Amino acid sequence: MSYNIAIFIAVFVAAMALFSWSCFQRFRLVTLGKAENRFNDVGKRTWNMLFFAFGQRRVVSRRFGLNHFMLFWCFLILMIANTEFLLNGLFPDYISLSRLPDGAYYTLAFIFDVVSALALLAVCIAIIRRVAFPPPNIEARSRDAFIILTLIAILMIAFFGLHASEIAQGIEEAAQYMPISNFAASAFMSGASADSLSWLANFFWWLHAVVLLLFLNYLPYSKHMHILTAIPNCFFKSLEKVNTQPREEFTKGSTFGVGQVDQFGWKGLFDSYSCTECGRCSDNCPTTFTGKPLNPRLIIHDIKVNLLKNGPLLAKKKEAVLPLIGNSEEGTVSEEAIWECTTCGACMEVCPVFIEHVPRIVDMRRNLVEMKAKFPQELLNFFENIEARSNPWGIAPEKRIAWAAETSVKPFEADKTEYLFFVGCAGAFDARNRRVTLAVSKILDAAGISWGILGKDEMCCGDSLRRLGNEFVFDRMAKENIKMFEDRGIKKIITLCPHCYSTLKNDYRQYGVELEVTHHTELIGKLIEHGGLELNGSGDLGNMVLHDSCYLGRYNMIYEPQRKAIAAVTGQLPTEMEHHHAGSFCCGAGGGRMWMEESIGKRIHLARTEEALKQDPKTICTCCPYCMTMFEDGLKDKNVEDRVQVLDLAEVVAGALK
Amino acid sequence: MLVITCIKQVPDTTQVKTDPVTGTLIREGVPFIVNPFDTPALEESLRLKDKYGFRVAVISMGPPNTEVSLKKALALGADEAVLLSDRAFGGADTLATSKVLAEAIGRLSQKEEVAVVICGRQSIDGDTAQVGPGIATRLGYSQLTLVDQIQNLDLSAKKVRVRRKLEGRHEIVEAPLPALITVVREINQPRYPTVPMRLMAEDAEVILWDNKVMDLAKESIGLKGSATQVRKIFSPERAKGEILGDGLNAPEDAAKLLIDNLVEKDILSLEQT
Ligand code: SF4
Ligand code: SF4
Repeated sequence: MSYNIAIFIAVFVAAMALFSWSCFQRFRLVTLGKAENRFNDVGKRTWNMLFFAFGQRRVVSRRFGLNHFMLFWCFLILMIANTEFLLNGLFPDYISLSRLPDGAYYTLAFIFDVVSALALLAVCIAIIRRVAFPPPNIEARSRDAFIILTLIAILMIAFFGLHASEIAQGIEEAAQYMPISNFAASAFMSGASADSLSWLANFFWWLHAVVLLLFLNYLPYSKHMHILTAIPNCFFKSLEKVNTQPREEFTKGSTFGVGQVDQFGWKGLFDSYSCTECGRCSDNCPTTFTGKPLNPRLIIHDIKVNLLKNGPLLAKKKEAVLPLIGNSEEGTVSEEAIWECTTCGACMEVCPVFIEHVPRIVDMRRNLVEMKAKFPQELLNFFENIEARSNPWGIAPEKRIAWAAETSVKPFEADKTEYLFFVGCAGAFDARNRRVTLAVSKILDAAGISWGILGKDEMCCGDSLRRLGNEFVFDRMAKENIKMFEDRGIKKIITLCPHCYSTLKNDYRQYGVELEVTHHTELIGKLIEHGGLELNGSGDLGNMVLHDSCYLGRYNMIYEPQRKAIAAVTGQLPTEMEHHHAGSFCCGAGGGRMWMEESIGKRIHLARTEEALKQDPKTICTCCPYCMTMFEDGLKDKNVEDRVQVLDLAEVVAGALK
Repeated sequence: MLVITCIKQVPDTTQVKTDPVTGTLIREGVPFIVNPFDTPALEESLRLKDKYGFRVAVISMGPPNTEVSLKKALALGADEAVLLSDRAFGGADTLATSKVLAEAIGRLSQKEEVAVVICGRQSIDGDTAQVGPGIATRLGYSQLTLVDQIQNLDLSAKKVRVRRKLEGRHEIVEAPLPALITVVREINQPRYPTVPMRLMAEDAEVILWDNKVMDLAKESIGLKGSATQVRKIFSPERAKGEILGDGLNAPEDAAKLLIDNLVEKDILSLEQT
């Protein structure tokens, strides 16, 4: 076989050189991204990698996910077999499985044989599924997918072909431990001559070798790049909440946000290589679902295309040729798409490789707002109102206490009051939500909690500003708020709005303050659990569905207190909608969408209201003032407001107080 | 070529309250804003800058803290900001104010030819709408008030054509340059500052011209130069309205009653037009 070895060495070296060059070209571009630290907390990161990558946690939760799980593990195991195959090809006299002690050799031979069969089975299932039960996302049926599946299938067939012909020749020691190859040998090769068997072995060996190297070289150019990047991507996954993205430093001469692909952090670029095009994100995106131009998968795809196109130029300090933000084309994200996002986090919740769509979208929003002052017209008023009067409507701050006109409310006093009740703009100014504020205050009193408010001095927490990319003004407001909390000795805060909650708790932490922030849902849950509230039955709330708000659920993983509270009041758990818990469907108001027109496609709040109405509820329970407004609108749009009501959890509970 | 915008820093009137006892306005602690009629004036200047490459100067007369508003104008794209501040300028009515502003514009025009001066139609605190016209008269500029569209600026013929928004109609007027234009809010949607511009404005210089620089006769400026004086500011008493009918239980009757009353008071006419 000496002639063969020389050719193989040449082929091998060429293939590996090409593969290394391709990988180098791709990964070099990742280094164009801005520095960010994804090497902290290695223990946790390693655990994430084991759990999510090797455990395939998010993959298996979907139809046919188990098939991928199987293929993944077959792949890992066969990687050993293939490494041995290549090394044996290069150094046949030195490296071979058969040089292992018999026990180990036979065990491995058995494992490789069976696993190859499983891999072949998984590939067949994957092909049949793509042909016969097309998944909702067409990208799974791309040419790319079929090419790679075919290559794997050929690889497996070559494996069996090679071993079967060796068994038939009687030169495979482990023959009796390779059931599938053995079967193939007796079924297909029993009558063959020694010459033709030797020819066959040679043929399958080369087929295996060439396809393996072809496969390797195809990876970097296809979505199957994820085979190389998905595992590290799980290691580098953000340890932060969905959208607590890094602050910006406001120094002269810097650019803000991301308007060109090399302004993303390197992990954002690495993400784009890791997308498996599985479509989970877009299947769960409320804007894609309602026919809007935003598709989270395509955002990631566009970033990748843009990087591949501009990266080599930018690396040479040349001008980019394809705009990152502009008219929608492959490699360019449209402004419309950027503004449609509700930052609901549904995409990130399901992505099996932890790609971070929301921070990328907000990165681009930051650029539009901060560098170009370009945003949907409605936002001008919003920004100016917030800057001038610290609330979205531009209402005079004095009116912040209007909700308390008919009750007695005390101001927060340092050292005397324990909790600040941070009412929030919606709770203070919006007529419907003021009733929720009253309900919360009633519960606080009933539980004998020491609480007070800031009244007219309360300022907006800045949630919408931050999600809309107006980081400059957010930064100022966050600092002002934190200073006020410090000056007034405020350490414990109760909020009514999940957006205030998440902002004060998660975003403000980036400013070095640890506030003890409690959402009224958590508080109610605790009070009920510990018997801190005397309840008296619910009145007639009828069939109740519960809506999980994104910023309470996905952002802060609060799902159970509201359910337990409802069970305590009504005697039964709420009815679940089709989308619930971490799979909840946004009301349409997050991410600053509350302040914008929704003119493209079906309106999100309507889609969600319709989903709720499918359960034939009498009451829809929410825990967020935005969701409240959205459902109220939805019920009016559907003309059912006289038979279905929306209540905040606080109202449900306050109504049941003795 | 220079375009000049005059702005005024005013108390945020939505946040001004009246003292329930004396009926006077309480101004303490009320935040200041750029007069909302002046932001479209600045925007219009900036649009002329974008279109013709003019330089934009913004001037304001007021106490030293007016600098904040001028810096906002710089952040939006004005090239130069002049603050006219001196105790001697204080207490001015529209006559004395327009005197100082006109003199300042005169000084600026010595260095660079002025194409137009753009002001807001009026301020939300004084509500007189006299300062713009006052400046035009003193400088001998064409006076174009209540403009909602600058249609054409012909530099070679030194003419400007604008559309004025009057009650129920528009008027298209052409006038020679230099001209003073006062604009209505509908003229445009003001822009929002970018962050680099804000950062630049933070340490940009606002030029201070006090009366040592301006050197105006004491009798023509400030309180002394004012023809009118404010004696008292108060909210007028408003007669309490009365509730007619029972809108909650008999909305149709209540609506009819309301219409009858409005017709009777000549506010509404039922005649077909
Ligand atoms: S955050 Fe929500 S709206 Fe935005 S892209 Fe993801 S799923 Fe879509
Ligand atoms: S971004 Fe994640 S969820 Fe979306 S298609 Fe890619 S891998 Fe799948």
